Order: sequence, then C-alpha cells, then structure tokens
Amino acid sequence: MKSNNYTMILRRDVFQALADPTRRSILLLVAAQSMTAGAIASNFDTARPTVSKHLQILTECELLLQVQNGREISYHFNAQKMKEVADFIEPFRQMWEERFNTLETVMKNYKPKE
Amino acid sequence: MEQKTKINAEDGKQDLVITREFNLPLDLLFKAYTESELVEQWMGTKVLKLDNKNHGSYQFETSNNGVVMFKANGTIHEFVPNQKIVRTFEMENMPIGVQLEFLEFEKITENTSNLRIHIIYKSVAHREQQLKMPFAYGLNMAHNKLEEIATKLNK
Repeated sequence: MKSNNYTMILRRDVFQALADPTRRSILLLVAAQSMTAGAIASNFDTARPTVSKHLQILTECELLLQVQNGREISYHFNAQKMKEVADFIEPFRQMWEERFNTLETVMKNYKPKE
Repeated sequence: MEQKTKINAEDGKQDLVITREFNLPLDLLFKAYTESELVEQWMGTKVLKLDNKNHGSYQFETSNNGVVMFKANGTIHEFVPNQKIVRTFEMENMPIGVQLEFLEFEKITENTSNLRIHIIYKSVAHREQQLKMPFAYGLNMAHNKLEEIATKLNK
C-alpha cells in the first residue's frame, strides 16, 4: 500500500461517516441541491440536534462544505471528496469481512451428518 | 473492532490478494467451500451446480421475489482437498469479466486456519470496476432509504 498512515486515518473517518444510513441520506439530499441545516433537518424525523451532529461529522471529513450566504450557512456536497473515496478499497473489504464472518458462524454450528 | 480480513491491492495492478484467519479447523473451512448447502448459507445465494473436481464447474443464482438478481459461474481447474482450489469466476451481465482465482487453505493450529485468495482480473480497469461495486451498492442502499423517507413524507 502506498498510502501513509495519516491519509489512512483520514480515509477511515470518511468511511465511518458513510457507514451511517442517515448520513448517507443527508449526502444524497445535499448532492441534489445545496441546503441550509434547517431545510435538511425538515426531511428527517430525527431531532434537530442529531441532524446537526451528522452535519458536523460530514463537514469534518469534508464530504460536505459549508458556504456562508449573509446570515445563513448552506451545505454543499463535495463531489471531489466522494470521488476520492469511491476508488478506495474499504467497502470491498467490508463485504468480504461480513461474508467470512457468516462462514465462520455457519461452520461453528455445523454438525456432520452421520 | 478487529479487522480479520485483509485486502492487498497495489495501485495500478490487475490482481489483488484477500487473506483471512478463521477460528475453524482447516477441514471445516474447506468444507464451507465444497458443500452446496453450506455455500448457500454463507454466500447467501442458491447453488445450482457445484462439481468440485479437476475440470469441474459451478453455478450460483440469487433471486429476490422470483426475480433473478445475481448469476455467477466458473470452472474449476484444480481441486486438492484441504489445500487449494484454482477456478475462474464470472458474474453474468456485469462489466467485470472473468477472473482467475487461486484459493489456498492452510492449517495454523488444530482450531485455526488461514485462507488466501489471489484474484487476477483481465486488466487494471476490470479490477477497479470490481472494487467500486460494493461502494455503489452502499449508495444504492442509501438511495432506497431516501425513497422510503420520501414515501413516508408524502403520506
């Protein structure tokens, strides 16, 4: 692997951010149209502070960018960052990890037929 | 959480290596690859054919509500019990093409074993295509979730 430790850590954070279904939904919403925090929150049943926390995580790992418009802050989807992670291996690895975990469980419960 | 499965995929290469240590004796790990009903359980697919021998072949199919979602097949070139399987693998109707797989099974202790899968793709681009698939799948799941939310809002 060519990546140094620093970029590995950053990338893992991005995948943690993407691992949450609500955060993925937020990304899809904002990818279609830039929005304010209030507009994003109105699309979810979740409490407003929870949505704010999700927005903070997505902004910290640069999947969302904050743009100041007068008194309002709107959130923009960072397509460049998404492209970076799209090339990365982690989802592929996780797919195998889950598959092999299942294999291990299946075989631990395996009783040979007499 | 501990990551037991490791992927080694160097930039610009057309192959990759998957390794995994199992808390299973070698013969049980190998059996997971050779008995249809066990393969069905951990791969989550229906096994139409699994002829484990030199010059044998296999066919998988996954359906959801009667609609075929996934079909894969391959030929088995070499089959050595508890040691190795050399086979091809191809997902039908997918742009990834045929891949060549070397599966090596190894005993570590009486109760642990190791699996190493070396996969060779047709080209660097074909490997990249494969690596992007689970990511695209994750996004599709997110999209489905979004549709769910949208439907709820319209009620």
